[in-house]
Amino acid sequence: MKFASKLVSFDVAPGDPFRPMATPIYQTATFEQEEATSFGPYDYSRSGNPTRTVLEEQIALLENGRRGFCFASGMAAITSITRLLKTGDEILADSDLYGGTCRLFTRVLDRTGIVARYADACDVEAFAAQIRERTKLVYLESPTNPLLRVVDIRQIADLAHASGALLAVDSSAMSPYLQNPLDLGADLVLHSATKFLCGHSDVTAGVVVAKDDELAKQIYFLQNAEGNALGPFDAFLFLRGLKTLKLRLDCQQKNAQSLAEWLERHPQVTSVNYPGLTTSPGHLLQRKQARGAGAVLSFTTGSVEVSRRIVEATRMFSICVSFGSINSTISLPGSMSHASVPPEVGELRELPCDLVRISVGIEDAGDLIADLEQAFAVATLEQASLSEEGEAEVA
Amino acid sequence: MSYDNKFQVSTLAIHGGRVPDAQAAAVVYPIFESATFEQQETGLTKGHSYSRASNPTVDALEQAIGALEGTPQAVCFRTGMAAITTLFLSTVKSGDHVVLTDVVYGGTMRLFREVLNGLGIANTSVDTSDLEAVERAITPETKVILIETPGNPTMKLADIAGIAAIARKHRLLLAVDNTFLTPVLQRPFELGADISVLSTTKYIEGHHATVGGSLASNDEKLLERLRLVRKTLGAIQAPLDAWLTLRGLKTLPIRMKAHSETAATIAEWLEAHPAVARVYYPGLDSFPQKALAERQQTTYGGMLSFELKAGPAEAIAVMNALKLWIRAESLGGVESLVTHPATATHADVPVETRHKLGISDGLIRLSVGLEAAQDLIADLRQALDSVFGGKSERSANHEVCQQAG
Repeated sequence: MKFASKLVSFDVAPGDPFRPMATPIYQTATFEQEEATSFGPYDYSRSGNPTRTVLEEQIALLENGRRGFCFASGMAAITSITRLLKTGDEILADSDLYGGTCRLFTRVLDRTGIVARYADACDVEAFAAQIRERTKLVYLESPTNPLLRVVDIRQIADLAHASGALLAVDSSAMSPYLQNPLDLGADLVLHSATKFLCGHSDVTAGVVVAKDDELAKQIYFLQNAEGNALGPFDAFLFLRGLKTLKLRLDCQQKNAQSLAEWLERHPQVTSVNYPGLTTSPGHLLQRKQARGAGAVLSFTTGSVEVSRRIVEATRMFSICVSFGSINSTISLPGSMSHASVPPEVGELRELPCDLVRISVGIEDAGDLIADLEQAFAVATLEQASLSEEGEAEVA
Repeated sequence: MSYDNKFQVSTLAIHGGRVPDAQAAAVVYPIFESATFEQQETGLTKGHSYSRASNPTVDALEQAIGALEGTPQAVCFRTGMAAITTLFLSTVKSGDHVVLTDVVYGGTMRLFREVLNGLGIANTSVDTSDLEAVERAITPETKVILIETPGNPTMKLADIAGIAAIARKHRLLLAVDNTFLTPVLQRPFELGADISVLSTTKYIEGHHATVGGSLASNDEKLLERLRLVRKTLGAIQAPLDAWLTLRGLKTLPIRMKAHSETAATIAEWLEAHPAVARVYYPGLDSFPQKALAERQQTTYGGMLSFELKAGPAEAIAVMNALKLWIRAESLGGVESLVTHPATATHADVPVETRHKLGISDGLIRLSVGLEAAQDLIADLRQALDSVFGGKSERSANHEVCQQAG
C-alpha cells in the first residue's frame, strides 16, 4: 500500500460494534473489570487507552518500527528515552539541538549524574573521536533545527553500534513521510508530534518508536511508570491531523522550495539554509537518506536589526515558536526557541544572531512571497533612514 | 492578522477564520465550551450572551466560511439539515412555493413532505439542467429556488448563472447547495446566487468526524433573519464541533485538489473497464454537460458514479467485495466511501422517480478519498474481477494504471 493509503486506510476502531469512520474518544480514566482478580485489555488510562492504542499502532506502522508510544509532549518523549540511562552514563549529542533538549540534557540530567556532551555530527570523524566507553546514547536531529544541517544517520548509527551505544534520532523536521531513521539504522525515532504529525498547531504531543521488542518493552515500562502518556482527546486530534500528513507536507515542501529559491536570489539575504537547494552542503546526503527537504528553512541578513524588523513586519507569518503547522510561522531562534541553549553549547554551534527561521505552511506561495517582499522592503527602508539619521548626527 | 480578501483561497482557508485571541494570542482559536457569558453590567455583554444565540468559537468558523465564500460571516448550524430547515423557515411562509431541483438530497425532500407541506409551504421538483423547465415551474407564489450542482448521484449539473438570471427576473432567491464542490471549486456568488448552502459534514470538515451545516449570503438583512430564526429554533453549531470543522477547513484547498485528481483518474479507469456501462463524472469527455462544468467549476470534484452492464445484484456483489473502499453513507472525507444510492441515499425516492432520474438499481456512487489512486483502482479491479472473473481489462487499462501510479 502506498503511503497516502496507509494514512487513511487502517482500522480506526478495532472491535467497535458501530464501525465509525473516526476513532472514538475513550475519555475514561479507568475500565471495568469482568472479575475482581482479572483485567480486560485495558485497566487504567495511564497504562493504556484504546484511542491512544490506535494512534500508537498507526505511528509504529508509518515509522516501520516495532512499537510506538505517544506522550504528552515532545519533551516528555525525549525524557522517556533518557531514562534508559543510569548514573555515570553519557549522552553524546550533535551540537545543533533544539533548545529544550539541551536544557533537559544539561540542566536536568546532570542532577542524576548523567553527562551530556556535544560535538558536530556532520564531521563524522571528529564525532567518532568523542564516543567513549561510557557513551550509552547518541542523539541527533536531522535536518537540524534551526541550521538545517544534514547528519548522515547511517554512518552515525554504525559508529554508535560499534561502541555499544544506542542511536536516537529526533525526526520532527521530517515526519515518517519524508524519512524513516529506523530504516537507516537508528534504534529509536522521536518526534515532537506538535509539529508536522499533528500539523495544525493545536496539539502538544510526542512520539517514540522503538525498532525492537526489547526497547519497546523498556519504553512501555517507563511510559506507564512515569505517567506522561498522551491523553485520549489529544490522541484523537493527533489521529485526525495525521490523515492529511502527505497532502500537507507535499504542499508545504513545494512552498518551502519556492521561498528558499526566492530568498537565495534576494540581495538582502546573506545565506539560506535549506537542504532542498542544490547549493546546500547537505543537499546530496538529504536526497540519499530522505524523500524530501521538508518545510523548515532559515536565512541570515547580516544584521540582527534587519532580521528582527523582517520578522515583525510580516503579516501572514505568525511570530511564534514551533514549526510544521499548516500556517506559516517565523522566528528569531537565537532569542526564542533556542534561548535555553547553554552559552557553552551556543558557542560550539555558532548560531548566528541574525538567523531567521521560517516554517512554511500551506498558504498560497505567491501570497507568502509577496508578504516577505513587503517585510524586506519595510526593514530595508527603516534601516536606510536609521543610518541617514546616524550620518546627520555625526555631521 | 486580519485577512485580506484579495488572498488566494488556500491562504484564506488558513487565515480567514483567524480571529485574534486577545487573551493569550493563541495561534488556534479557543474552544469556548460555555453555555452563557457574564454581563459587564446588567444587559451589557461583550458580544455574546448565550451559546444558542452565538458563541465565539462558532463565530470563528463562520468568519472562515465567509472568507472562503467571499461573503460576510456565514451562519453555522448543528447539521446540514438544520441549515436547510432554517433557510426555509426564514424565507418562506404558509402559502409560498419553492422550486427544488429534481435531484435534491432526500433529506430535503423529506423535510418538505413531512414538515413544510403540512405548514402550507408547497414545492415543485424540476429538472434544473433545463432552464426553460425551471422558468415554467415558477408560480406567483414562488419565493426560493434551491439547486444542487453537481446533483446527487448522477452528477447532473445546473447552470447557476442561467438560473440566477431567471431568479432575478422573477425576484426570487436562488440558493445553491455547493456541498459537492465547496467554494474552492465552484463560486456560487460570482455566478449570481443569493445563498450558498453547505453540509459542512462533507468536504468542509473533511474527516468524517463531525456533522454540521452553513448558510452564506451577501444580504446582511437575510443573514440577520437567519440568525434570529436559528436562535429561535436552537439550531446553532456546538463549540467543539465548530472548532473541529474550523480545523478541518484549513486543509480544504489541498484536499479538494487531491480528491479531484484521484477521482478523475478513477473515472477514466472505470470508463475503460469492459464490465462498466457508464461513468458519471463531469470531467469525462463523455459527460454530456462537460462544457458547463468547465465554465462554472474550477475542477470536477471528488464524487462520481458508475453503472455496470450487469444488474443490481452484481453491483451489490462488487460493493461487498471491496476492501479498501468503505461501505458507508456520507461523502467528502479523507477515507474513500462507496454507496448504493437505490437502497441508501435514495431509498425514500419512489422507484419510478428514481429511474426517471437515471438512478438505476445498479448505480454505484463513489466518494474518492485521499488514498493513492493506484491502491483505490487495485481494489476496484479485484472487486470487479471477483464478480466477473475477467482479467480482460488488464491490457486495455494498463496505460491509465501506470499514470495513476
